[in-house]
Amino acid sequence: MSIVTVQLGQCGNQIGFEVFDTLFSDSHSSQGLCSKRENEAYQASCKERFFSEEENGVPIARAVLVDMEPKVINQTLSKAAQSGRWKYGQHAYFCQKQGSGNNWAYGYSVHGPRHEESIMNLIQKEVEKCDSLSGFFIIMSMAGGTGSGIGAFVTQNLQDHYAHSLKMNQIIWPYGTGEVIVQNYNSILTLSHLYRSSDALLVHENDAVHKICAKLMNIKQISFSDINQVLAHQLGSVFQPVYSAEGSFHYRRNPLGDLMENLVPHPEFKMLGVRNIPQMSENSLAYSTFTWAGLLKHLRQMLISNAKMEEGIDWQVRPPISGLPPLGKMPLNKELHFNTSIANLAILRGKDVQSADLGKKLRAYLHQYTKFGIEEEDFLDSFTLLEQVVASYYNL
Amino acid sequence: MTQSVVVQIGQCGNQIGCCFWDLALREHAAVNQKGIYDEAISSFFRNVDTRVAGDGGSISKGKISSLKARAVLIDMEEGVVNEILQGPLRDVFDSKQLITDISGSGNNWAMGHKVFGSLYQEQILEKLRKSAEHCDCLQCFFIIHSMGGGTGSGLGTFLLKVLEDEFPEVYRFVTSIYPSSEDDVITSPYNSILAMKELNEHADCVLPIDNQSLFDIISKIDLVVNSGKLDTTVKPKSLVTSSAGALKKQHKKPFDAMNNIVANLLLNLTSSARFEGSLNMDLNEISMNLVPFPQLHYLVSSLTPLYTLADVNIPPRRLDQMFSDAFSKDHQLMRADPKHSLYLACALMVRGNVQISDLRRNIERLKPSLRFVSWNQEGWKTSLCSVPPVGHSHSLLALANNTCVKPTFVELRERFMRLYKKKAHLHHYLQVEGMEESCFTEAVSSLSALIQEYNQLDATKSMPVADIPRLSIAM
Repeated sequence: MSIVTVQLGQCGNQIGFEVFDTLFSDSHSSQGLCSKRENEAYQASCKERFFSEEENGVPIARAVLVDMEPKVINQTLSKAAQSGRWKYGQHAYFCQKQGSGNNWAYGYSVHGPRHEESIMNLIQKEVEKCDSLSGFFIIMSMAGGTGSGIGAFVTQNLQDHYAHSLKMNQIIWPYGTGEVIVQNYNSILTLSHLYRSSDALLVHENDAVHKICAKLMNIKQISFSDINQVLAHQLGSVFQPVYSAEGSFHYRRNPLGDLMENLVPHPEFKMLGVRNIPQMSENSLAYSTFTWAGLLKHLRQMLISNAKMEEGIDWQVRPPISGLPPLGKMPLNKELHFNTSIANLAILRGKDVQSADLGKKLRAYLHQYTKFGIEEEDFLDSFTLLEQVVASYYNL
Repeated sequence: MTQSVVVQIGQCGNQIGCCFWDLALREHAAVNQKGIYDEAISSFFRNVDTRVAGDGGSISKGKISSLKARAVLIDMEEGVVNEILQGPLRDVFDSKQLITDISGSGNNWAMGHKVFGSLYQEQILEKLRKSAEHCDCLQCFFIIHSMGGGTGSGLGTFLLKVLEDEFPEVYRFVTSIYPSSEDDVITSPYNSILAMKELNEHADCVLPIDNQSLFDIISKIDLVVNSGKLDTTVKPKSLVTSSAGALKKQHKKPFDAMNNIVANLLLNLTSSARFEGSLNMDLNEISMNLVPFPQLHYLVSSLTPLYTLADVNIPPRRLDQMFSDAFSKDHQLMRADPKHSLYLACALMVRGNVQISDLRRNIERLKPSLRFVSWNQEGWKTSLCSVPPVGHSHSLLALANNTCVKPTFVELRERFMRLYKKKAHLHHYLQVEGMEESCFTEAVSSLSALIQEYNQLDATKSMPVADIPRLSIAM
């Protein structure tokens, strides 16, 4: 079954490119530890999920790229085409001239409705190309205007039009000390709207990924492409085909459905995080050996202490809930988990709510949002919803 | 990709504008090796086939044939504009983009605003509409003028109102040169205060600059360059300090170097919107992030580096120096002390090979020494553009919305009051039809209100962060 990816905004498009690149290289990598037949089955399964065939053999990613200004989309499309190994569909993108200006209200209330038809048409075309649709994977950031505003709008639309398909939103939590000044407002509005319309929210924090790059991968000057690659690596682990109960050579057919089934038992608790090991630079890989037992043990430790990395674990024990069958191919291991130590995330969110609250009390920046129809009541609604979610998590 | 139109008014505005276009051409020449008219160039230039008669057919793609600046040049006396049109930049401007008169405004805001405003309103509207039509998607008007004179301040601010009515959705970014206290124009306080009222009400964003700071910067650079302390770090031919390689090869005029700095400011401001980068920042994001309340839209700018660094692979220490410099008083384009005042918001626009980790490291490092308003403790807006400016490997433009602009306004108001109490020179203004004493009093009260708002924010400086109770909900 196939997954259609929607990449929104600068962040979404940059990450989306890395994700497809990683998925492709992973399934076509030459260092296989398994037999040839296994490799082929794996390749076929992966390909079916994320790529569709073209005449001259170059796979086309099942993706729709949306941005309100042309620079990033042009870059992404050309990077993909230049690599020669895979590319995006020729018309699978939607782009405007003037961005959303970091304004959630502009993205949601102005750009969204204005371009609703074109965007939904593009998605429709991708969906028709699939034999059977597993669901949608929407990549967006929360701090900006396009990713967050249009992302929320599109997710809502998908909920209306494709009510039976699952939607997983990959959201990027901005750095604590600001990338965008109004990021708290944008994040709160996005989260509250997504909570109502999405099926699962997979959260990645820029801060955490940055630390991974710095500590574990020893990159001296970390750029956004490094961060995106680590992210893509983690996402790849989540989505690569997994053995099903029938035994090897048969992969599970419904990636999103399986994930949701195990991880989102109750619609109130939708936020997911990823823990991935091992994470190290390519150079160190040659000098390390792994055993399954060791990796699993490490992973369990990470889960219990809610750490995102292997080092610097802070020991406060809370029991975790679930795990997933490990992946077959590379020596990778990940647990996509949802457990009470998501309270960490809830606390982060709480802090955001509070600082957004403070800002709102003094009405800072509000005129920028009311210009486009988001009034104070909308903010209040969002706060309330999120407080409720935070409270439910605390009660667990 | 969006387009912007530059409107340059008055002697000061036109001179700065001239430097700006020169610099813009150089920058694009350095970046655009193939001579293809791409979207980056189209933000400031039109590609015109001069063989076609009339307006020149606009070519949207393909090789560059002849570039015309998206500009409107306005001056009420002919000297400056004529000089531009006879200089090496004459091909960049269209004769249909000019509005000139003979006699000038006589350093009188009322002449500029009321008399010439009404006289030329139609023409101005027509030229603006023409420029807008040539644009696919017009995003912003950049207005360059001085506050102390007659045309720049009077007609310039009249223009703002016209722009607001005619193009309400297009941003208006104003670069204003404020008069320094030793200004040679005696009535400059009157002109400035009258203009400030218009800026308060009709501009989206104002970048105040004063001549004294520019002069200090230039003297400092000259000192370093001429004193022979030229270690490998300073290249005398950077884009900022010298016009070597510029089209205007004649003898350096005294304001050239200073105008160059302002031109650099405008280029850096728009660089992330024109060129690619890993974290883009468009012009509408500037207004969105840096203007928390509609009245407080005055941004103090500072630019580094002001001289070239010769190495290509800068070790992180030099990079950090660039960030520290941006927050030091020496690099600010306006005399102010942001470190001891309250920051409402701050934007860092980085160009060149700088990565996000460098940016984060420096923000962490500098944050403790800067005071931010309580509800915006993490108030940073950052952008990374991969294209460095010409002659440098990287550069940083810091825009701060800070209460340190208050002393400048207070001083301006004092100078105004000194003159006004004695009613000195007032008759020149009151002679103009439509001008009354109430204009003056309104202008002063508008400025006082602005100062009051800044005062209120400053008062919260010493208060501890109030703990606002969380929204409690029934479970």
